[in-house]
Amino acid sequence: MFRYIVRRLLFAIPTLIAISFIVFAILDLAPNDPTGNLPLTIPPEVREQIRESLGLGEPFHIRYVKWAEQFFINEPLNILEETTGLKIGDSENRLRVRSWATRSPVVDLIVQRLPQTLWVVGLSYLVGILIAVPIGIISAYRQYSLFDQIGTFVSMVGFSVPTFFTGLLAIVVFSVNLDWLPSIYDTTLKVTNWSTFMQQVRQMFMPVMVLALFNAAQLSRFMRSSMLDNLNLDYVRTARAKGMGERAVLLIHVLRNSLIPVVTLIALGIPTIFSGAIITEQIFRVNGIGQLLIIAIQGADIPLVQTLTFIFAVLIVLFNLLADVAYGVLDPRVRYD
Amino acid sequence: MTNRLIERDITAAPGDATLKQLSTKHRSLWLDVWNQFRNHTGALIGVAVLAVIVIAVVLGPSIHDIDAQRLDPRIANEGPSLEHPFGTDNLGRDLLAQVLAGGRVSLAVGVVAMLISLVVGTLIGVLAGFSRMLDGPLMRLTDLFLALPLLPLLLVIILLFRDALRTALGPEAGIFLLMVFVIGITSWMQTARIVRGDVLSIKEQEFVTAARSIGTRKRRVITRHILPNVMSPIMVSATLGVANAIITESALSFLGLGFPPDFPTWGRLLFDGTNFMTLTPERVIWPGLAISLTVLSVNYIGDGLRDALDPRLRGR
Repeated sequence: MFRYIVRRLLFAIPTLIAISFIVFAILDLAPNDPTGNLPLTIPPEVREQIRESLGLGEPFHIRYVKWAEQFFINEPLNILEETTGLKIGDSENRLRVRSWATRSPVVDLIVQRLPQTLWVVGLSYLVGILIAVPIGIISAYRQYSLFDQIGTFVSMVGFSVPTFFTGLLAIVVFSVNLDWLPSIYDTTLKVTNWSTFMQQVRQMFMPVMVLALFNAAQLSRFMRSSMLDNLNLDYVRTARAKGMGERAVLLIHVLRNSLIPVVTLIALGIPTIFSGAIITEQIFRVNGIGQLLIIAIQGADIPLVQTLTFIFAVLIVLFNLLADVAYGVLDPRVRYD
Repeated sequence: MTNRLIERDITAAPGDATLKQLSTKHRSLWLDVWNQFRNHTGALIGVAVLAVIVIAVVLGPSIHDIDAQRLDPRIANEGPSLEHPFGTDNLGRDLLAQVLAGGRVSLAVGVVAMLISLVVGTLIGVLAGFSRMLDGPLMRLTDLFLALPLLPLLLVIILLFRDALRTALGPEAGIFLLMVFVIGITSWMQTARIVRGDVLSIKEQEFVTAARSIGTRKRRVITRHILPNVMSPIMVSATLGVANAIITESALSFLGLGFPPDFPTWGRLLFDGTNFMTLTPERVIWPGLAISLTVLSVNYIGDGLRDALDPRLRGR
């Protein structure tokens, strides 16, 4: 197992380098000019100087290596310094990946935005799992019953209706017509007492629930089909033949075995919901990293887009690894060595 | 053998009553599948709803023949009326005509992108499952693609290549090809993995060993023995692929980076309607409903197909 993890970690490194290269290369093929939005009165020489100052004068491979050095060496060193308070080398003059639009370090921008995303996305995933697992169990056990039909229908609807439609519908109903919940996330709100806490809960309710229902719909389908796969197997018949109660058969034998792929899927789904959050954040105006990405793309802020896209890739690789390790730990039939 | 003789006799004398009776006993795989599919109410309703949507989108514009792009500011932001059943938008364009026109593009994107991803996915899955030499590299490629952050990358690719392709291939063909290509080329991985897994288990089964032992060529083993047996997961992922492609296209358009406003899809209409949500909510509701109903019915069809094609579930 340990050897497997080490091998996977070692394989993750070339994967991430390949992805960072792909991301960098795609963005470098950009036909649009970062100085294109500047006033036309700027003379061409000055425009050229601006391009130089943005680091665009160098050839492609040098810029890639520089970005990689800044991202993989300088930024981790900075984080290390900030958390431990140590001074490592020449920290004042260390180059950092800077946003073209704001001229501030990209990592600082992301750190500012990350808590909002984590709260909304994390809560919604948790709520989604809590809704999905019981629905999946009952739906599978009573396959084709009324509960299954309704549960299947609701989860099919939840899975098929995209969040950008449910989100807008929720705004039309709950904010515009009923005026119960705010439609725009107030990012300046600080939770200090009960009333601001309630305000925070109210403004988080819609984005969290919209994402949670979407996740729950998907997960309950997986839960149901995983249960169904197991319910027809011989060991279930054996357990029943031994005279075990239905509850024990279902909740001990079948549930444990069917949770194995579901846990893997939960881990695999975490990065995708980050990209799902891009849309939700856009609808409810949550100032998370998804919104930051959209702003960066619209403003052609290449370093910010590069770094954000790469961070999404790191998340995916990391959670893929976690899912595989979890699979090996949970399922004794899986042996990696 | 007798079965075959009877079939031959039927074609020779189709009017014979006793032979007709015998012929009802003949069961093919697809008849079984259809019988099981028929019992799935959701899938049948899905087929009906999808058929209505497809017919409306294909034939609708010739019945409701208002030009989707005709501006008329005098009738801007009107509610539903007999002449404009879905109302009009802020420039006075007829919403029903726009939804019908948008549906053509959305459905076409869904189908073509699905075909691309299906061909790529099946090819890679079969090759990886069948040839031990290619398995490693192809699966690493699949892993690499699965690790790509798709939505951000799609947004970036479309932003960067939209204008270049629009000038090269014309405004409509350019953006259509770009969308179809990027969606297809980024959604084949699941199909490839499922197909590979199935091929790996099928190629170890006795009938494949038997086929090989009588000297069947590799290509023939694949096309004759393996591909038919992985058809069911391929068909299921094809239906789900259409739904996925439509959702992806709408999501991109919704973020403002898909189809342009003069060549709208359902997602684009939804995006344009967002700012007028309080004034004319139907601008959000109709395109959103169209996307949702299409995806829902396609998903139901996929669900029914999955149940119908699984021999373990059939006949329950």
